[in-house]
Amino acid sequence: MNNLIDIEKKINSELTTKINKTSIKHNQIYVEIDKDDLIDVVLFIKTNKDTKFRQLIDITVVDYPEETQRFKIVYLFLSHEFNHRMILSYSINENELISSLTSVFPSANWMEREVFDMYGVNFKNHPDLRRILTDYGFEGHPLRKDFPLTGHSEVRYSEEKKKVINEPVKLEQNYRNFDYKSPWEGTKYIKEISETNDKKN
Amino acid sequence: MTKKIKNLNLNFGPQHPAAHGVLRLILELDGEVVEKADPHIGLLHRGTEKLIENKTYMQAVPYFDRLDYVAPMNQEHAFALAIEKILDIDVPIRAQYIRVMFCEIGRILSHILNVTTQALDVGALTPSLWGFEERETLMTFYERASGSRLHANYFRAGGVHQDLPAGLEKDIAKFCETFPKIINDLENLLTDNRIFKQRNVDIGVVTKDDALDYSFSGVMIRGSGIPWDLRKSQPYDCYDQLDFKIPVGKNGDCYDRYLCRIEEMKESVSIIKQCLARMEKGPIKTFDGKISPPSKAEIKQSMEALIHHFKLFTEGYRVPKDEIYTAVEAPKGEFGVYLISDGSSKPYKCKIRAPGFSHLQSMDYLIKGHMLADVPAVLGSLDIVFGEVDR
Repeated sequence: MNNLIDIEKKINSELTTKINKTSIKHNQIYVEIDKDDLIDVVLFIKTNKDTKFRQLIDITVVDYPEETQRFKIVYLFLSHEFNHRMILSYSINENELISSLTSVFPSANWMEREVFDMYGVNFKNHPDLRRILTDYGFEGHPLRKDFPLTGHSEVRYSEEKKKVINEPVKLEQNYRNFDYKSPWEGTKYIKEISETNDKKN
Repeated sequence: MTKKIKNLNLNFGPQHPAAHGVLRLILELDGEVVEKADPHIGLLHRGTEKLIENKTYMQAVPYFDRLDYVAPMNQEHAFALAIEKILDIDVPIRAQYIRVMFCEIGRILSHILNVTTQALDVGALTPSLWGFEERETLMTFYERASGSRLHANYFRAGGVHQDLPAGLEKDIAKFCETFPKIINDLENLLTDNRIFKQRNVDIGVVTKDDALDYSFSGVMIRGSGIPWDLRKSQPYDCYDQLDFKIPVGKNGDCYDRYLCRIEEMKESVSIIKQCLARMEKGPIKTFDGKISPPSKAEIKQSMEALIHHFKLFTEGYRVPKDEIYTAVEAPKGEFGVYLISDGSSKPYKCKIRAPGFSHLQSMDYLIKGHMLADVPAVLGSLDIVFGEVDR
């Protein structure tokens, strides 16, 4: 029981209704579930003797603003025992509340705070849901696709007021996002190792 | 008569020499005993992930140097590997050896900094003076290969940017001969030093289970006795062909982690030696002209090469739609890149998994019940660099 395919089978047979889709790619197992089954699924893969995904590596979110279910929540797990990685994911709407993993993995604490800070996804039963990476008093969620790269406000020390102040971003030139995309494909061009290869092109 | 006793709140940082950067630690003290620690991070947050989403794959590489700035190339490695796996390209063997060699140089750079500053935090000045001299030598190697001492921007998807300059291999080999003596000197100063041991033995003990639960990796998990190293368990590049050992601790305290780091430096020297011995002349990046830019000489002669050069440095190469998590064993632990590509020349999402983030998170668990003076010792043994914690 230490093969990825076995693990995939095991998860599918034990958690039948809770698993929406599984696949194996790049030597990792990708699992899609429903938002409400999170705790059950995670508890199972953490404790079951055939999976033993004992470590939560990271939690993150992917933002797809065009889709109906905007955020895809992604959990990365690692099993030291069987040397496998799992990527667990589910999609939610913008204002949906999701359950916190802190009761299963204490390390989820900061990871969820980061998700909350960067994407504005709210967790229920999180012991201490504060912003973590952005400044005190920051507004907005920077990693959302609709948040501008240059941000909304900038900070500086004001000589008149004798304190640090926040003010709207003023740029001499706005950030320019050039579009270099072209349909040009060209020929299949593999350089040869020989010194005089220019004639072959 | 009853007296009301209030715990003292102490603000450690954001500017404190023992905080190893910009960490603000709110400590709740009962006398001299720490009851609670609440790290406030993010003072060095630069929005790396957001910036990477707006850059082409090649332009995103320099951001990885700025994460853990004491071992820059190890980070680039994770990103390069992620792209290579999606694009499914092979890296020439010489490039693999060069990359592994510079990763090990990065490991030594990082471990010297950590071991010596940890000693500095607990009161020993000399190790840092000796260690930093060696770091300077190593950074010159970085400079000679890539052009800069710290922010190398050297690794590329499919290889490295340019070949090693003449004589560099010989100088690195020479360094490998002299460096073990310096490690010995450092050990003479610290390993059996009474004060150093008093300050580190049985401080910040992590049990095996907690190391797993708190998402520890690298020296933090090995110090607790779990033999886990991605270079062995999930080998990347040419690590599976090299012969090296993984030092594992026993007690999971600050002292064991120090010992692990010292041993790892010795192993790194041996890996560098093996790389140098096996390195043969050859290509240093993939031949696929759609990914690696042509040489200057080629641009002058071949129209196709000129077009490729122009396209690569404006639009960049496109990466097919995919989703991947790749991790490398950085000096501080598992450094991972979770990359989502959408078929364009810019990453759709690039989540950076920094080992220091989960290590620092456990500060409250590690320091509870310890004395205030142990805070720098524990913090030092966590090996925190704020570039990667704050991203």
